[in-house]
Amino acid sequence: MSGNMNINLKVWRQKNRKAKGGFETYQVSEISEDMSFLEMFDVLNERLISEGTAPIAFDHDCREGICGMCSMYINGSPHGPLKGVTTCQLHMRSFKDGDTIVVEPWRADSFPIVKDLAVDRSAFDRVISAGGFVSVNTGNAQDGNSIPIPKDDADKAFAAAACIGCGACVAACKNASAMLFVSAKISQLALLPQGAPEREERALNMVAQMDAEGFGACTNTGACSAECPKEISLENIARMNREYLGAAATS
Amino acid sequence: MSWLVKTVNSSIGRKVLMALTGLFLCTFLIVHMIGNLQLFNGDGGYSFNKYAVFMTTNPLIKTVSYGLYAMILFHAFWGLYVTYINRKARSARYAITNSSSTWASRNMAVLGTVLLVYIAVHMGDFWFDYKFGHVPFTKYVEDVTSGQLISQEVMPAGYTQEVKLAAFANEAEGTQTVIIKDLYAEVSEAFENIFIVLFYILSMGALAFHLVHGFQSGFQTLGLNHPKYNGLIKNIGIAIFAIAIPLAFAAMPIYFFLK
Repeated sequence: MSGNMNINLKVWRQKNRKAKGGFETYQVSEISEDMSFLEMFDVLNERLISEGTAPIAFDHDCREGICGMCSMYINGSPHGPLKGVTTCQLHMRSFKDGDTIVVEPWRADSFPIVKDLAVDRSAFDRVISAGGFVSVNTGNAQDGNSIPIPKDDADKAFAAAACIGCGACVAACKNASAMLFVSAKISQLALLPQGAPEREERALNMVAQMDAEGFGACTNTGACSAECPKEISLENIARMNREYLGAAATS
Repeated sequence: MSWLVKTVNSSIGRKVLMALTGLFLCTFLIVHMIGNLQLFNGDGGYSFNKYAVFMTTNPLIKTVSYGLYAMILFHAFWGLYVTYINRKARSARYAITNSSSTWASRNMAVLGTVLLVYIAVHMGDFWFDYKFGHVPFTKYVEDVTSGQLISQEVMPAGYTQEVKLAAFANEAEGTQTVIIKDLYAEVSEAFENIFIVLFYILSMGALAFHLVHGFQSGFQTLGLNHPKYNGLIKNIGIAIFAIAIPLAFAAMPIYFFLK
């Protein structure tokens, strides 16, 4: 697949966590507007490899917007200019021929850079390990309506569960706060009966782990929700605050 | 108690302290603004001066006011502390950021610092002078039955009295003579200076931007987010706290400057 777009890329290159990074400029030509942003990087990396230089490291996996691996901060926005999509679902038609595109990794002290555009998001895994689960095996799927759940709660739990844990909220937040992520994970379980028995413990432990990882705190700017590829609602953060404060006051 | 210390020191607890003190300061603004509207009464400051005496002598209000001073300082310095912690979470900044949030919400610390400086200047202008400095006294004579002001006269420069307000009834004439510490004259004099007026107006602009985000943000932090009330909270924040109150306050220096 080739096309007629020529793009100027300014990409953050950094050898490892400790090394001092910097921007490198690349000209990428004959790009099709139907390519995804990651495919454009593939084309560039093929060329870098054939030239005998190190390809640009970046995270990716499913390339269909559901795994949460891709993580590029494109022209000042996590996952680029398009709303409600991940980087892999961003296509070159969102840009113009001759554009200069600046690509940076997620920047947060809790997400150290592994190499180039790849960051270590295991802080999220540790937050989940602290309580983002139901401890007992809940068995096979229940018959429909055997556990009555209000439609509204089911919808909200489902919307919160849409979080893919990509970290765009942290990347977008001026405080590098993980509260949208953590609140989505607390909410999806707090809203459903299966999550109820461990509700308080979960809120306390997940928030404690989030703080221990060094994420900033929310100042309600709303940038996280605006940039979230799954459009997770700020309502979840208010719910997390209620869950946490209620649990702290009664534990 | 350790749970309380732990909670207050968590990321959410620190925010809650900002929200609670901030919303308390919002209620103070309502009282302060309504009381100060008496500056517009056109009675040579009689009602405003009596109000100032009441506010600085009533034991309950005095107690609350010390709480208020503590709350202002706490909100300001805790806010700076929280901002410092939040900035530390991202030591390497982005080369380019394309903000998808409001300017006010991103600059609460800057706006808050402007307001802290403003409060220091404002208290130096009036509170300090009223309490420790030399404020002139004015003699008002009012008709007891109608409440009409008959005359007012500034007391001689050296005049002083132990109480802020001294009232003498003259039953034969049906009048009352009141000699009050004249804060109104202080206000009137201060706002003849264009720089003070401009500084006050600018600060009220900062207040408007601080509150357009701060008021609704306080509710969100306390977990008070419900689609049924979100619109109401947001609109009260905009209409009352970001527009009406800063405008009313800004009107005061303008009124005296043009007078």
